[in-house]
Amino acid sequence: MTQPLHYLKETPSQTAGPYVHIGCTPNFTGITNVYAEDLGTSMVNDQTEGARITVKGTVYDGMGAPVKDALVEIWQADANGFYNSPSEMRGAADPNFTGWGRCPGDMETGEFTFETVKPGIVPFKDGRPMAPHITFWVVARGINIGLHTRMYFPDEEAANNADPILTRIEHQQRVPTLIAKKEGDVYRFDIHLQGDQETVFFDI
Amino acid sequence: MSNKKVETGAFYARDRAWQPPAYTPTYKTSVLRSPRKALLSLDNTVSEITGPVFGHNQIGELDNDLLLNFSETGELPVGERIIVHGRVLDERGVPVSGALIEMWQANAGGRYRHKKETYLAPLDPNFGGCGRTITDENGFYSFRTVKPGPYPWPNGVNDWRPAHIHFSVFGNGFAQRLITQMYFEGDPLIWKCPIVRSIPDEAAVKQLIAPLDMASTIPMDSLSYKFDIVLRGRRSTLFENRREGN
Ligand SMILES: [Fe+3]
Repeated sequence: MTQPLHYLKETPSQTAGPYVHIGCTPNFTGITNVYAEDLGTSMVNDQTEGARITVKGTVYDGMGAPVKDALVEIWQADANGFYNSPSEMRGAADPNFTGWGRCPGDMETGEFTFETVKPGIVPFKDGRPMAPHITFWVVARGINIGLHTRMYFPDEEAANNADPILTRIEHQQRVPTLIAKKEGDVYRFDIHLQGDQETVFFDI
Repeated sequence: MSNKKVETGAFYARDRAWQPPAYTPTYKTSVLRSPRKALLSLDNTVSEITGPVFGHNQIGELDNDLLLNFSETGELPVGERIIVHGRVLDERGVPVSGALIEMWQANAGGRYRHKKETYLAPLDPNFGGCGRTITDENGFYSFRTVKPGPYPWPNGVNDWRPAHIHFSVFGNGFAQRLITQMYFEGDPLIWKCPIVRSIPDEAAVKQLIAPLDMASTIPMDSLSYKFDIVLRGRRSTLFENRREGN
């Protein structure tokens, strides 16, 4: 006999369902008298350092239809590459930047929008720089477990070409699914759950 | 604030056989919303190890009291009064303090307060259906609400959701992010539900069923259910590879 390992099992995920807004963005769905503001609505203030950017996108299903009930969260480093988190050991993050945003898809179009700053460079585990990126997490009705992916920037070609994660994607023709498109002042990052353009999702 | 040392290790790999797969055709909406290509496995970098922190100052006094946090007149919602409580632990059994838990649910009749909700059960003017709380230094949380009713949903011609409360949980790293649902002991609808059955392992389903907890009831006031939540554990950073001069 050996000692049992006694690890617990992670709680199984269940879909966020169509009414995730009630719990996560109640003001958005018209429940305005419980919380002053929905969490994750604003990531920046007037004193936030760095270049302001707008990120927009839509989650699409396997038929190319917009997913109108999705909830999207993002997590990113500040302009200097530091995360606003106690687990960030490399330096102090900008106190005027939360790094975390949450946005429900528009109920008519499915589009989400984040007003944020362009993230700085963060090191990979071996110390090599990772290209600037924003981590995305998507839940919706029909998604049994939240989906993680990353958005990279189209104007960072050299950094993207050297990125330790982008370069190890076996099917290199899928890399463009992780790179936003620049449309005027807006970075557009559409997420395809399925199909020819299926976004690369991560098991992190 | 606790004096616990901040942890910076990568999270244990997720056990994908314990978690529901993306594609579960008996839950029809998953058919077109499930990635079909392999996920890219990624040992955590600082982008996944870190996560936002929510302070107790962001949480209002009534946020975890769904009996009182919506009603403007102070009148109570209809339904069985219950307390839901438990702990957030990680896979090592270590309590997760400072975890943000957001919960949402239907009212006692099975009706949600949402623009897209169409079930004919009535709204309860005294029930909003949302709440939130943060775990204490030992990982404990609790909230007060009414027991939600089951409700029908368009999937098969006659599918009903068992009574459930939705939970959104933030641990202390973004890779721990989890949304799930809590079910109630003894509900015969649990094992018929296509969403529950997206979870392949029966033992995993049982992890979502909260037992009646008579020890924590309040006599002549509220029943109680106990629901513990387990988030991914962290590796120790003591033995991580370090590059020379780093
Ligand atoms: Fe529900």
